[in-house]
Amino acid sequence: MATVKLPTQLRDAAGGASQAQAPGSTVGEVLEALYGEHGELRERLSDGDGGLRRFVNVYLGGEDIRFLDGLDTKVGESDEVTILPAVAGG
Amino acid sequence: MPADALKCKECSTTYPLEARYVCDRCFGPLEVAYRPPESSAAELKRRIQAGPHTLWRYADFLPLEGSPRAALPTGWTPLVRADRLAERLGLGELWVKNETANPTHSFKDRVVSVALARAQELGFHTIACASTGNLANAVAAHAAAAGLPAYVLIPADLEEPKILATGAYGANVVAIKGNYDAVNRLCTELAGERDDWAFVNVNLRPYYAEGSKTLAFEVAEQLGWELPDRVVAPVASGSLFTKLARAFQEWIDCGLLKGELPKMNGAQAQGCSPVAQAFEAGTAICRPVKPDTIAKSLAIGNPADGPYAVELAQRTGGSVDAVTDDEIRAGIRLLAETTGIFTETAGGVTTATLAKLAERGDIDASERVVLCITGDGLKTIDVVRGSFEIAEIEPKLSDFEAAVSGFASTAAAA
Repeated sequence: MATVKLPTQLRDAAGGASQAQAPGSTVGEVLEALYGEHGELRERLSDGDGGLRRFVNVYLGGEDIRFLDGLDTKVGESDEVTILPAVAGG
Repeated sequence: MPADALKCKECSTTYPLEARYVCDRCFGPLEVAYRPPESSAAELKRRIQAGPHTLWRYADFLPLEGSPRAALPTGWTPLVRADRLAERLGLGELWVKNETANPTHSFKDRVVSVALARAQELGFHTIACASTGNLANAVAAHAAAAGLPAYVLIPADLEEPKILATGAYGANVVAIKGNYDAVNRLCTELAGERDDWAFVNVNLRPYYAEGSKTLAFEVAEQLGWELPDRVVAPVASGSLFTKLARAFQEWIDCGLLKGELPKMNGAQAQGCSPVAQAFEAGTAICRPVKPDTIAKSLAIGNPADGPYAVELAQRTGGSVDAVTDDEIRAGIRLLAETTGIFTETAGGVTTATLAKLAERGDIDASERVVLCITGDGLKTIDVVRGSFEIAEIEPKLSDFEAAVSGFASTAAAA
């Protein structure tokens, strides 16, 4: 199962955990499994239309999934999925 | 205009004025919200005019509780009338806001001043940032002036002058093997773990971003309390660009300025133009890119304020344009030889974009235009290498005459 790393802002919605294990062969499936476990996360991350809210960034092994296949990006058993808020910098 | 709360730009949820930057409910960015001013426009104006010649003269519009202490005075940079540049481009009234005149030679001194002052109010003792270079310089210097330790995270391939001018202040410099977006991602993760550090552009970001407003306040005050018709400014994350407009709007709302928001033109390098591409496509969704440009201070491939920058350009009848690396070099040269202001690559982007707008016929000759030059050319000195010839001669009069007759300006004067 893939490991999903959660940012501090989401940990209260996941029982305080900083990471979770979730099954699935794509990033989308892994997130669905995560929502199944912690229902509140769906409302925080999902745009309600099958996509992610516009300030949610998801990385697979450090790479932004928008450079891969988005939510269809394949996930291996030992992969790490990281969820982070988008932050303007400079 | 006392600061009231932090408010989500997406869903309007409010939070107390603490070190917090993202909405727990929807991940949207938080922005400082203010109560309407308790003073009349005339009183506000008097207070500003009686204030110091630094950005703190606009304290009424900044999110600080006490009177800010500035160990390193920042702001009140020159607004220079640029008639020769205007003439070259066929424009009417053109002004250059010269931000190279700040303590570490870029506009980042403004955002760091405000973030550091707020960090001290909130009880932080360590300052940190993710930076494309200019911010690193500013954090290092302001932290040194305040006597606080600084941790600066930068992409490892940054221009050497920016790295050296950071380490010189005694900051702890960590070079990350990756681009700015990787540095920013690491800092976002770090900010969650090291909650006793003030990351100026992560957990202090709502306060930090407010500092950019002071650039626009100065422009309006220096124009005699009037609005420009058009502003051309660089877009990296989109934070500066959107805050300039917010500043003008705040002053319109409280009666210090009359009129409409200027047309806002954003400037990006073609090698990193997610916001310009979104504007071109007519969408606010900025698809991230892998930056490849000499304008490293603008090399943010995943611009968090990008959607707001696109919306602002659309709303004001402006645009977000992109220019090539060659145009950037030409822009640096054009600004330098017509105004005496030597800018870094970001200013080359902005000047080249102004030239592009002028050439396209977007700018009416009656318009009052402000060009924002955000950083100093010495920071990216390598890009001008080889752009001119040096005559090396023996110390003889005849050799001098022969060499000088070859210079273009001598030939033109003859």
